[in-house]
Amino acid sequence: MKEPNVASDAETKTLPTDGSRQVEIFGIKLPTTALRAYTMVIALVVVWVLFQYATGGIFLEARNFSNLMRQTAVTGVLSVGMLMVIVTGQIDLSVGSVVGLAGGIAAAAGSQAWLGWSLIPSLAAGVLVGLVIGAAHGLLIAYANIPAFIVTLGGLLVWRGVIKGISKGNTIPIELSGFKAIGQCYLHPIAGYAMAGVFVAAMTWLTIRRNRGRQRYGVATHSVMLVALKILVPSIIVLAFTYVLNSYTGVPAPVIILLAVALLGAFITQNTTFGRYLYAIGGNPDAARLSGISIRRHLLAVFCIMGALAGVAAIIYTARVGSASPDAGVLLELDAIAACVIGGASLMGGRGTVFGACVGALFMASLDNGMSLKNLPDFTQDIIKGAILVGAVGLDMLGRRRS
Amino acid sequence: MENGKTSPLLEMREIIKTFPGVRALDGVSFDLRAGEVHSLVGENGAGKSTLMKILGGVYPHGEYGGEIRIDGVEQSFAGVRDSEAAGVAVVFQELSLVQEMTVGENIFLGREPRSFGVIRWHELYGRARKLLDDLHLSIDPHTMVRQLGIGQQQLVEIAKALSHDARILVLDEPTAALTGSEAETLFAILDRLRERGVGMVYISHKLDEVFRLSDRITVLRDGKTIGTHARGEISEARVIALMVGREVGQLFPAGGSELGEVLFEARNITVIDPVLNIKKLVDNVSFEVRSGEVLGIAGLMGAGRSDLLMAIFGAHGGRVYGEVRIHGQRVPLNNPADAIKHGLAFVTEDRKRFGLVLDQTILNNITLASLRRVSGRFVTHIDAEAAAVRQAARELNIKAPSIFAIAGTLSGGNQQKVVLAKWLLAKPAILFLDEPTRGIDIGAKQEIYAQISELSRTGLAIVLVSSELPEVLGLSDRVLVLHEGKLTGEFSRATATPEAVMACATGQASR
Repeated sequence: MKEPNVASDAETKTLPTDGSRQVEIFGIKLPTTALRAYTMVIALVVVWVLFQYATGGIFLEARNFSNLMRQTAVTGVLSVGMLMVIVTGQIDLSVGSVVGLAGGIAAAAGSQAWLGWSLIPSLAAGVLVGLVIGAAHGLLIAYANIPAFIVTLGGLLVWRGVIKGISKGNTIPIELSGFKAIGQCYLHPIAGYAMAGVFVAAMTWLTIRRNRGRQRYGVATHSVMLVALKILVPSIIVLAFTYVLNSYTGVPAPVIILLAVALLGAFITQNTTFGRYLYAIGGNPDAARLSGISIRRHLLAVFCIMGALAGVAAIIYTARVGSASPDAGVLLELDAIAACVIGGASLMGGRGTVFGACVGALFMASLDNGMSLKNLPDFTQDIIKGAILVGAVGLDMLGRRRS
Repeated sequence: MENGKTSPLLEMREIIKTFPGVRALDGVSFDLRAGEVHSLVGENGAGKSTLMKILGGVYPHGEYGGEIRIDGVEQSFAGVRDSEAAGVAVVFQELSLVQEMTVGENIFLGREPRSFGVIRWHELYGRARKLLDDLHLSIDPHTMVRQLGIGQQQLVEIAKALSHDARILVLDEPTAALTGSEAETLFAILDRLRERGVGMVYISHKLDEVFRLSDRITVLRDGKTIGTHARGEISEARVIALMVGREVGQLFPAGGSELGEVLFEARNITVIDPVLNIKKLVDNVSFEVRSGEVLGIAGLMGAGRSDLLMAIFGAHGGRVYGEVRIHGQRVPLNNPADAIKHGLAFVTEDRKRFGLVLDQTILNNITLASLRRVSGRFVTHIDAEAAAVRQAARELNIKAPSIFAIAGTLSGGNQQKVVLAKWLLAKPAILFLDEPTRGIDIGAKQEIYAQISELSRTGLAIVLVSSELPEVLGLSDRVLVLHEGKLTGEFSRATATPEAVMACATGQASR
């Protein structure tokens, strides 16, 4: 009698305790749904180590790290919105152009040569422009049934044209000091550590509470080892980040904005009925519709959110640069999409997490930052980024097929 | 060593197949002689499909234990092509035709007659025509598969398998989507293949067919071979007992719950085909259901039964006319959300396509139609959800590692229970069931029948659409019959006989 091959035996050993797919690493069981995000974290670490070595230690220096974090903020904010769009099985290709337009409107609103508004109205104008554009996209996609790819491709062209027309090709400078501050100011180090402390406390409480919940759901609780790891690893990472940022000047404002957006996004996708419905719509629109979910309203909402977040990202971006260029944000949508996919989202819909998207955004920003430090020419950077994107997702797909 | 002449056409010996955490096949042995129809029966999860997937090369050599021998020669299939080359053709339950291609293109997909890369269309369609004629199928090979009814598509699928000149043909639930006459066409084809010496493995839950066609019957249970018997040596009741592992009592629970007031009324429902604007899928159908009543709707495939329910539920793509009254009040049902709000629930057919989000957990699936009520208006509360779902899973006896198991990993019967649980959690007053036990083993069927009976006892009004006549007749208090969109018959439990209902279903009579 022939024995089954070794692979099957190994599979049998990892008996899942709750029916979700699991793998065993160093004796600790991890759910595969989060595996892509974990793999990306490892890939991120590898990339950091590589760049650190290649740049002779500059890459992870406090000042560059702070830069890197600020660069991540723009893509990160966009990818939170993009994640929701992708989870519902849609796509938004217009995001870069919306960033350019919203940034231009916000700058113009605050500029004496244009509208001369004060800080809050100017910023609100930027976000509102994004929101309205998002609503327009959403209406066409959800109610007129035009495919998202087409509507947002059209948007990519149209909104870029609009900002070029309004600005007549000129850069609009930021005059409001408050506006500029958004890109450049920092949190006092003490406040930074306080924030990190709150995070650690929250993490501990949530993890323990969730673990106790598992018992009530009829599922085996995690081992003490796993619980400890779940608390310690993120906490150490957060504290390390805060430390490095504080050694320069402190946690930058764009990072705070990203954190707020990411936390809100994660909450919405994981802990609300709205978020649950998004995953259902992406996973099986027919089943979702028959279960009484209004697909149209949710799609409209998702594109509105994307638009508003594009406005927020535009403000961060423009504030950092100090002015609004009509070319701002070109190809930014691809970074956002890449970030989501690298972080585990499926373009078919129904899968992906905000955490993964943020890790993906950090990954993409790290590539940009590292390659710039090495003074690689732009075209080389593009080639490498594209190759790594395909390679990273391709490897993951291969891994999935095996299981 | 075996003499080639006396060894059977096919032998599968001591087959072992494991998946993470589960031993799907535990030393199963199965053999097939030339010119015989050997049925493989067993509950869902017993291992029938897995065994056939191994035979068909879906699980290649090395991914299972044991050996496969054809004509005494051991086989090591690296993939489906190898098994096809060895003369094995498998027709799975799920259709694998390309909808946007013609019948001829589908039959020869991947093996088109070519010269220097250019397809010889004339030859392709000529051979397709001949194949279809040989099988006495009057389908034009130039027809787009999309335009064929599901029964005809299944027959094309079988023709495709036969185009390989197979010596071993495996049919997995082949009559699931066939009308009575289409099934007869199939049985005639099988008889002709018998004469040609083709060995056939017939997998079906329909024991009447199994007993009509088979020379031998093998029962699998929990991945083991329980027994192989010649057809004459065993009774249907004994086969069921072997499948289930216990003596099975009455399949259908005794009816007769008290009927209350009229809960639901549909008046003059007409549905226009969204594609062929002049065609009426449902033509002026009216009916009512009382609290505690089970109303069966019988009819052939294409009679408009599912269209009727979809239209009432607000989910049909075509234009819908007529009105619906609940508790005597007229209610507009423009979309499923409206219907659910008014106390309707719809367990649709094709659970994978319309009923479940396969990637998600059982928990997420079961709460999908009642999330706001069970979990919270905006923020979800897993604790409350988990409690409700565990209760529902217990009541329906859903077998799964936990409520966090992914729906796609469950067996057909358990998946159907998840869909049913989802709708019951929405606390409906009126329940529509469309083919609730399709592709489900007898044990799970019995549980679902008991559940339906219990639900009607608690006062639910139930409408049951099913193509399995024994099911409709066994469960319903009243039976309606549709034929090509029109209501052609109405029977009480006493007057509904298979012959009378069939006569109305085929349009030969009207009552």
